[in-house]
Order: sequence, then C-alpha cells, then structure tokens
Amino acid sequence: MLAFVLRRAVQAVLVMVVVALIAFTLFRFVGDPVNQMVGIETSAQERARLRQELGLNDPVVVQFARFIWAAAHFDFGVSYQFKQPVNDLIKQRFPATIELSLVSALFSLLLGIPMGVYTALHRDSWLSGFILTVSLVGISLPTFLTGILLIFLFSVTLGWLPSFGRGDVVAIGFWTTGLLTKSGLRAIILPAVTLGLFQMALIMRLVRSEMIEVLRTDYIKFARARGLPNRIVNFGHALKNTLVPVMTIAGLQLGSIIAFAIITETVFQWPGMGLLFLRAVQNADIPIMSAYLLLVAGIFVIINLVVDLLYVVVDPRIRIEARSA
Amino acid sequence: MTDFVLSVRNLRVEFPNRHGTLVAVNDVSFDIARGEVLGVVGETGAGKSLTANAIIGLLEPPGRIANGEVRLDGERIDQLSPEAMRRIRGKRIGMVFQDPLTSLNPLYRIGAQLIETISVHTNYQGAQARRRAIALLNEVGLPAAEERIDNYPHQFSGGMRQRVVVALALAADPELLIADEPTTALDVSVQAQIISLLKRLCRERGTAVMLITHDMGVIAETADRMAVMYAGRIVEIGSVRDVITKPLHPYSVGLMNSIPRLDSDLETLAQIPGSMPRPGSIPSGCAFRSRCQSAFAPCATLRPELMTRGASKVACWLYGDAPASGEAAQ
Amino acid sequence: MSAQHDASHIKWSPRLTKFLDNDLVYSFRKSKITVVATLVALVIVLGAVLAPWIAPHNPFDLKTLNLLDSNMPPVWAKGGDARFLLGTDDQGRDVFSTILYGSRLSLAVGLMSVALAAALGITLGLLAGYSGGVIDTLIMRAADVQLTFPAILIALLIDGTVRALFGESHDENAAIWVLVLSIGLSFWVQYARTVRSMTFVEKNKDYVLAARLIGIRPWFILVRHILPNVIGPVLVIVTINLALAIILEATLSFLGVGLSPTQPSLGTMIRIGNNFLFSGEWWIAIFPGVTLAALVLSVNLVGDWLRDALNPKLR
Repeated sequence: MLAFVLRRAVQAVLVMVVVALIAFTLFRFVGDPVNQMVGIETSAQERARLRQELGLNDPVVVQFARFIWAAAHFDFGVSYQFKQPVNDLIKQRFPATIELSLVSALFSLLLGIPMGVYTALHRDSWLSGFILTVSLVGISLPTFLTGILLIFLFSVTLGWLPSFGRGDVVAIGFWTTGLLTKSGLRAIILPAVTLGLFQMALIMRLVRSEMIEVLRTDYIKFARARGLPNRIVNFGHALKNTLVPVMTIAGLQLGSIIAFAIITETVFQWPGMGLLFLRAVQNADIPIMSAYLLLVAGIFVIINLVVDLLYVVVDPRIRIEARSA
Repeated sequence: MTDFVLSVRNLRVEFPNRHGTLVAVNDVSFDIARGEVLGVVGETGAGKSLTANAIIGLLEPPGRIANGEVRLDGERIDQLSPEAMRRIRGKRIGMVFQDPLTSLNPLYRIGAQLIETISVHTNYQGAQARRRAIALLNEVGLPAAEERIDNYPHQFSGGMRQRVVVALALAADPELLIADEPTTALDVSVQAQIISLLKRLCRERGTAVMLITHDMGVIAETADRMAVMYAGRIVEIGSVRDVITKPLHPYSVGLMNSIPRLDSDLETLAQIPGSMPRPGSIPSGCAFRSRCQSAFAPCATLRPELMTRGASKVACWLYGDAPASGEAAQ
Repeated sequence: MSAQHDASHIKWSPRLTKFLDNDLVYSFRKSKITVVATLVALVIVLGAVLAPWIAPHNPFDLKTLNLLDSNMPPVWAKGGDARFLLGTDDQGRDVFSTILYGSRLSLAVGLMSVALAAALGITLGLLAGYSGGVIDTLIMRAADVQLTFPAILIALLIDGTVRALFGESHDENAAIWVLVLSIGLSFWVQYARTVRSMTFVEKNKDYVLAARLIGIRPWFILVRHILPNVIGPVLVIVTINLALAIILEATLSFLGVGLSPTQPSLGTMIRIGNNFLFSGEWWIAIFPGVTLAALVLSVNLVGDWLRDALNPKLR
C-alpha cells in the first residue's frame, strides 16, 4: 500500500517538474523580463546591468532552481500588464473560480448520475429518449454558446437573473464567498449551469453506458438467478459497480471544469483566475501565464492523486494488490 | 406428473430478428424426478443453456418462450408474473453458472452476498443469517469459513469460488438446481472436487439437478439419466448407462465413438464429419441427416419425434416403424 | 414466413440489394435520426464548401462593405432588406454569407486539426507500441503529462506562446495554422494510446514474428497488418474528436485568440454578436450559434450511430 502511494507520489512530482520546466521556459525565454520592465529609452548598458542583477546570466540550471524555489513560495514575479505581483492577483481571484467550479461540479453530479441511472434502467421509456436527446444537445453546445443563450433567455428576455459579476461577497479570512448572500446566490446560478451542463451530459452518458455494461455481467445475472429483488440488484449491486469507474472520471472532470471556467468567466465577466489567464494570453503577459499554469497543474496533479487513492480504497481488488505490491 | 419436480413439455424458444425468427429450442420435453440428476449434453449452440434460462425465466429479450409448458411440482411457472417468478428463483430453483470469477460481484465480500441471499429467502436475519452463511460455507468445504467469510471473491482460487457459488445457489434449499457447465472453467483436478461436492449436497438434501455440460465424463460420474441435445432438440434421452454403453441415435453413437479410450490403439481421433447447423439454417426433416451415415428416405422430409425404445426415448426414424432396425444401430 | 424487413423487395441490381442489407447500412437506414443528422451535416458542409459560389456577398472583401448597411435585421423583420436574408452585423457584413464562409473556416480548421492529431497520434502510437522500451516510456509519459490537462488549456498555451514569440503582427493566414496546430496537438493522445495497445497485441502474434524472421521490414509489417485493424476504433475517436475540435475552435475564436473578425469563423461571429444581444440585435449572434450547434449536433449523432454500429458487443 505504501509502495503504491509512493509510486503515485513520485509520478505526480515528475509531472510537476515537467510542467515547471515548461513554465520556466515560457517565463525566461519566451517573454523577456528585462524588456518588459523598462522603457524604450533605457540604454543598452542599463539593460545589461539589469540582466546581471536579475541573475539572467547565470547558468540555466541555477535559474531553474531559483524559479522553483520562488514558485514554492508562491512568488511568480510581477505581471507585465498590471505591474502588480502575480501572487496577489491570483489570490484575489482564486476563491471566485474555485467556488464556481465546485458548485458546477455538484450540479453536474447531482443531476447527471440519477439521470444516467434512470436511462440505463428504463431504456425504452420516452423520458429516457428525451433525456438522451437533451444530453446530446448538452455535449454539442459549446460552453460559451450555452452561456450566451442562457443570458439571452434569463437576463435579457425574462430579467430574472443577473448576467455578469458575482453579486455581493462575504470575506472569511482570505477567502471571499458569494454563497452567503442572496445576490451572490442569484449571480452564481447561470454561470454554474453553463459550466456544468457539458459535464452533466458527459457524466450522464458515462453512467448510462457503464451501468448498461454492468447490467449485462454474469454476477448480475447470478444475482437475479438467486431471486434477489430488483431494487437490490439494480441499486445495491449494479449501481455500486457502476459508480466506481465513474467516480474516477468524475474526479478528473473537476480539473476539466476548472479549465473550462475560463470560458464561463469570460461570458459572465466572473472575476476569477480564468479571466485573468485569458487576458494574460491575449496580452502575452508571461508571468501570469506561467503562474496559472503551475497552479492549475498542481491542482490537477493533486486531483489525479486523490482519485487514484480513492480508487484503491473503493475497489478491493486493487487494494489487496496494492498491499502486496 | 406431480412426482416430477420439473416437467417441461414442448418448449420452444425463439429469437425474432429482422431477417425472420430464429428457433433456438424446438419442441423440447423432459422430466426430472425428485432427487434425480439429469445430465444434458450437446455441443455449444445446441440450446442447452437457453433451455435452462427459459426454465428459470431469465431469457434475455428478444428471446422469448413461444410455446410449451414448464411445470415446477405440477404448477405452471412459465407464465408467471416477473415478481412471482423472482420469488421462485433462488428459493425453489437454484442456478449455478460456468465462470465462478464473473459470477460473484467483485466489490462485495462473499459473506455479504451470502447473507443477502439468505435474508431475502429465509427467516434468518442479521447475526443468525451470518451463522447460517458460515454453516453453508462449511458444508461446501470452504476451509476457515469463519475468517474467510469476510474476504472478497478475487482472494479465492477458482475452485473455492465455485464452492461459494454452489453455497449461494443452495442457500435457500431449492428443490431443483440447474448447473450450467459448472466445471468447464475449472482445472481438471478441481473439477472432480466440485462434481463430488454437488453430488453429495444434492443427495443429502434431495435436490434434483439439471446438469448441463459437454463433458461426457462428468455425466458418467454424476447423472442418473441423460438427454442428448442437437440443434435445439432432444435426440435421445435415457439412463446414463444405456445411452453411454448402448447409444441409439446416430449422433449419440458418433459422440460416444469420438471419446478416445485409454486402452485402444488409436491412430486418429474419430469425428463426426460436418458441423451442427446454426439456428437459422436448420434443414427440414431430421436436423442430423446431412451428417448421418444411416440417413434414408423419411429423414429428409419428416421430423422424427421422440419414440420409446426400451427404457429410452430416441428421435430417429431408424426406430420408427420397423422392428428389424435392431442391427441398424451400431 | 420471414418478415419483409430486408431489402429483397427492391428490384434493383443484386449487388445494390446486398449493400443495402449490409448490417451497417441497414442500421443507418433504420435510424431516422441519424439519417436526418447526416442530411443536416451534409447541407452545412455543402454550404461551406460551395460558399464562394452560392454566397450572395463576399464578407471578406472589404471594398464591398458599406457601413450604411450595418445592423440590419433579417429580411422578414421590419427594416429588413432582401439583399441580406439574415441581416447584417456592425460592419455591414451579410450574416448569411458570413455564416457560409464561417462554416467553411470552422470545418476546415476542425478537419485539419483532427487529421493532424490522428496522424501524429497514430504514428506515435505505432512507434511506442512496436519499439517498446525507452521510446515507449517516453511517449507514454509525455501522453500522461498532457492528459492531465484539458485540451483548451493546451491550445490556449500554444496560442499564447506563439503570440508572445511572434507578436501580434502575424497575418491572418497564420492564425489558421496556429489554431490547427494548437488544437491538433491537444488531441493526439487518445489516438496514440489506442493504437499503442493494439500494436502491442498484434506485435506479439505469430505472423509478425514470422514476418520478422523472413526479414520483412518492421514498418511494412506495421502498415500492412496493424494499421487496417486500427481503423475501426480510430474512426470512432475521429467522430468524437471532430465535434470537440469544432467546439474548441469556436471557443478559441470566441475568446478572441482564434480567428480574427476580418476572417471570421462561427465562433468569432458569435463573439461579435454577443455585444449586440442586449441592444436587441439578436441575429448577429443567434444565427451563427444555431448553425454551430446544428453542425456539432449532427457530427455527434453520426458519431453515436457509428459507435453503436461498430461496437461488436451490440451485434
């Protein structure tokens, strides 16, 4: 068990190192730190001096080490656009993105799983056909289009929900949350649905196909042959076996949601990290880009690790193997 | 008929598809007496498993029972509602499948699966059910049942798993056990153990057994009577001794001949030339005629019904009218 | 008697009858939705391909644009003009023509990036599967790292990097290639993994060993034997991928890092139109939006059918 965890941890570190390398390369070689900091009039001598000061003439390995060290202390330099420490910018906007992502993920799971189970168990009912069609539309609509359509319907035409911003937020420590205020709750509905729709459709289809597969297995057949009632067969055995692989994929989807938040934040002007990153891409603001990259990579890697460990806990076959590994 | 635990009459299982209707089980009739072991042999695709599935009500759509009767203890069960059929399954008819690894849910401990079955069908609950489960595991010969009851299926070897499966099938003390190729997926050495286990348990409890297999050795050791199936029909049915030593139907003859004997000096293995027709391409008349050495005029047009010949029944025109057909069989 | 579900009642040539009765084709004919979806997709594709000939205007030719024509509603609304069937945008561009040309771009980018992803993925997969060892590990680790990230991030990253390297001044044609590159590079992994595992399986089979013994070159074996087996699963991935690629391109254009307004794809148009939604000029965003949704939906439907039809377990 320990060996398994260690192996996964090592893998995670490896991925982070590769990502750090990419982020560093971006930071150091694509963007030019000096040229961004000074004006056109600065003399060549000044620039050379700055270069030396910033340690840009040191061996690459040393610079890389310095980069990692700084990153470990959440020091990502100064943004080209805003002339502020990247660290501060990201910290400000981190809660908004995470809240949005979590609410969306919850939405997609709470709706996606039951719908998937229903359509697997009642394959021929009209409701299943309807749900399947809706899900197909769900994965065919790009996130931004869903957002625009929802805004058009609920903000422009009906005027029920706001179309931009986060509403009022409450600060708790360094975190700000919009979930405790009425306007905050109203503001998060449309973005969360937009962000979660695609995922919900995906999860629904996944649960459905997994469950159909499971319902075809010998052990389900044997369970029926033993005369177990449908309720136990479907929700005791089949559901449990379905959710195990689904759970891992759903976990990975959380990472996807965080990335897709970029789009949703753009459409709804949601003040999160994604919007920050997009502006950075549009303006070639390398420090923000590389910081976002590292941060998001870290989040993904942790999610992957947690999901892998979760799998071990839930699936006894792997647990026993891992123990003996 | 109430002497028989299971009574099947003219069972017909069909699969409608867009090209027409496939008949996979055609006019099958047999009985199983209390405590008797009936072996059902035949090649893959002969319709053995489908017959079993039809009896226990687990035919997968679009398959359906198109005709016939299935009676358990004299009462018809083929037309029961799904809920009524469910109550019979496990409690009065138990079933064991071929692959013990895939028969058990890998995410549940075997104890949990046993206790669940016991709770559903009997009055034992909770701790009582657990004790009963341990007792069952002891009965099927699982060592250290008290500890291993909390293990997962993959922690057992194939033979052990099949014992668990047998325990599960017999947990509610059914009158009839259907075993569909119970030893095919097991090592030869383990096969013998499982077979003797089945024999013992069923003898002790008086459970009737429908033993489906393509392994003649298993039949010879275990069954009282046997039925030979070919292309969806029973072609011969009689006592094991009779059918094995004095087979009547040319197909049975071919089967017995193709079993190599240790004491013979064979250069080549005997075979029946050709192969069994698939459900969609069964010829008219007798389905075996294209491979039969003794085929003659009526075989092409008239389908032979099961005809009595001594203590056996055989579906072959060789035994039809002419009493002088004695020498035609082997 | 067998039901008349087969095509034997069609009195055409026996070969055509046999083709129509083929399981794949039959399931296609039977599924009305798939037929409709394919028709819709075909209409859009044809419109896109024939755009230069059937579009009433050329929205890219700046000389023909007249700002006086801007923001006109569709022909059936008050103030509409018969010249502009679906209205115009803020530059005076005909929405209908722009949709045709835009679909062209969206499809082109989508298809090219999928082709790139497939080519790259299949090659790397074959390489990894056949060579094994270090090459295999390298490729698979790279795949693992990349899989941790959603495609959109990768595409944005590549796009941003190119932007930083070459500045904003790169011309419009380069924008297409940058897009194709970013999207293509985001999707190769799926192909590589599938092809690699199939190559593993085939590689160990006896006929490959025999061929190697005789001295046949490895790549020849790969191409002639392994590749044909791989087509089925790859086709399934292609259909899923195509829909995703089209969505990704539209998203990137919408975000402003894809195709520019002077050469708009459907995504770009939606972005432009988004600004006018609140002022009531809905047609600039909604029509391209519907076209995009219809296109992706059709691709998904056809893909769904193909997956079910090719799935051996469902036969």
